[in-house]
Amino acid sequence: MADLGVSICGVRLNNPLIAASGTFGFGREYSEFYPLEALGGISCKGITLQPRLGNPPPRIAEGKNGILNSVGLQNPGVDRFISEDLPWLSEQNTAVIANIAGNTVEDYCQMAEKLSDSAVDMIEMNISCPNVKHGGVAFGTSCESVGNITRAVRERCKKPLIVKLSPNVADIADIARSAEAEGADAVSLINTLTGMRIDIETGRPILKNNTGGMSGPAVFPVAVRMVWQVKNAVKIPVIGMGGISTWQDAAEMLIAGADALQIGTVLFNDPYAPIKICRGLSDFLDRKGLKSVAELTATIKPW
Amino acid sequence: MKKYDSQLFELVKKREIAPDIFDFTLKNGEIAKITMPGQFVHIAIPGMVLRRPISVCDVENDCIRIVFRIKGEGTRTLSQAKIGDKFDLLAPLGNGFKVEKGKTYAFVGGGIGVPPMLYSAKQADRAYAVLGFANKDAVILCDDFRAAGCETIVTTDDGSFGIHGFVTDALRDIIDKIDGVCACGPIPMLKAVAELCRENGKPCQVSLEERMGCGIGACLVCACKTKSGDGVEEYKHVCKNGPVFNAEEVVWNG
Ligand SMILES: Cc1cc2nc3c(=O)[nH]c(=O)nc-3n(C[C@H](O)[C@H](O)[C@H](O)COP(=O)(O)OP(=O)(O)OC[C@H]3O[C@@H](n4cnc5c(N)ncnc54)[C@H](O)[C@@H]3O)c2cc1C
Ligand SMILES: Cc1cc2nc3c(=O)[nH]c(=O)nc-3n(C[C@H](O)[C@H](O)[C@H](O)COP(=O)(O)O)c2cc1C
Repeated sequence: MADLGVSICGVRLNNPLIAASGTFGFGREYSEFYPLEALGGISCKGITLQPRLGNPPPRIAEGKNGILNSVGLQNPGVDRFISEDLPWLSEQNTAVIANIAGNTVEDYCQMAEKLSDSAVDMIEMNISCPNVKHGGVAFGTSCESVGNITRAVRERCKKPLIVKLSPNVADIADIARSAEAEGADAVSLINTLTGMRIDIETGRPILKNNTGGMSGPAVFPVAVRMVWQVKNAVKIPVIGMGGISTWQDAAEMLIAGADALQIGTVLFNDPYAPIKICRGLSDFLDRKGLKSVAELTATIKPW
Repeated sequence: MKKYDSQLFELVKKREIAPDIFDFTLKNGEIAKITMPGQFVHIAIPGMVLRRPISVCDVENDCIRIVFRIKGEGTRTLSQAKIGDKFDLLAPLGNGFKVEKGKTYAFVGGGIGVPPMLYSAKQADRAYAVLGFANKDAVILCDDFRAAGCETIVTTDDGSFGIHGFVTDALRDIIDKIDGVCACGPIPMLKAVAELCRENGKPCQVSLEERMGCGIGACLVCACKTKSGDGVEEYKHVCKNGPVFNAEEVVWNG
């Protein structure tokens, strides 16, 4: 039997599947289905320095093979996350990744400091949220701003720092290089692609926010391409996500260059997806005669 | 025992009870046993990314009954299912109406908001059912409410069946005889019912709908703005905190 475990920035994961931020809350609801140690890790709902109400509903729309969301980072704030959610989460035998978002560079730095003294295993810096008016995606779209924020947060962060990249950019490989150059320990990608749906009877967008972030199977080919490009551009670990819904997708993303994976939208349809994907991946590694996930990573043979 | 799970259900009975409105009986004893009135199920439809939330209309032995109207592609696909087909349901979800012993309730339903009231109405010691429909063709489940022992009053918007008028007209006539109201239906109806209850000092619970993701409270998309006693506003979630809310805490148009 192949070893599904992977190591990312010195943190050992039970398997390469991490629940994607915003799709898994702080884990409690899904623990009703299976012990959370079935997952390699959990990237928590994006947290901010102060609590946030989030956007008015509707916050979700469906497209063929994908969804749009505009939650707008509803969360209890970093302090309540640390005092109310983290103690329980850190006992679940799975890696805990705090996903942080802010309006200013200083917001990110303060959260990184607070979390550095907590039980989280890693920090994922979301500089690519399309659903908030200030900050959010703006930090993630130029090499200069990505470099600046990574440098500032790196200085005040004692945990491994993952920079989560936006696909809504001209050249994602350049952005990844800037993050690596300024001290990112890993990059994760892709966040959602900006999209929109309209009710043709009323002429109104389905989402109250008008636009939202697209995820699910429809974005998978874009995500595979971007993971491949980023893997070729950086030496730090790459965490791949975007539309993974089967073990075949997981294998494809690993082959493209991912060291670990995140899955989100598929959970809404099948909460047991992580278990099925792990089983399929394990069989695939065995069939290919590979002893570990790492042996599959970046084995792509491009033309 | 899990609080909810994703499991296969078999379609054992199917009937079109009004144009485009289907009555399904789905079998899964393990889940039926733990399903409470006013809860809902989240149905995976082959080929669709999101599940579809549908209220539990009734529970009979090891079956759950749902009644739904064709709205778009998802409910249309569901309506074409055949006896023996299996569906993956995530269930039971959410919290239903709180029905206290010894009290008299009015269960007020509008249109496709009528089915979620049936199983709840069965729990009450004394119940009125006030059911509103657009017209005679759209009338559903009246006999079920009568069989459940409810004093059943039907209204239609065009007067083609029962009382000509809205559910609020009928509710006003009996409001002095009841201790509380449970309601489900279109937002304007719920607002009018809530207002009538407020004027008459009767507690009112409403079952709300919102576009949904996970169904269990993790993804936070099915938001409903609420206000606590001290005026603090927040977004709660229809799937986990609801679908039933106390009318006073709901910020309509939030
Ligand atoms: C808690 C709850 C209980 C419900 N109970 C019933 C019931 O007992 N009977 C019944 O007929 N309908 C019920 N509904 C509404 C039902 O979920 C929608 O009509 C259905 O999801 C429409 O799917 P569609 O693909 O046919 O329509 P489309 O309009 O094509 O759906 C597109 C997307 O929007 C969502 N959507 C559209 N309308 C609604 C809505 N009103 N509420 C929530 N999501 C919506 C769909 O789920 C889907 O994700 C309930 C909704 C909720 C939230
Ligand atoms: C409802 C929802 C909420 C999300 N919230 C966040 C968030 O708070 N922070 C973040 O970095 N990404 C967030 N995302 C993006 C996901 O983490 C992930 O990048 C994206 O959905 C692609 O993966 P998937 O196709 O497997 O879902 C959210 C996605 C969804 C669907």
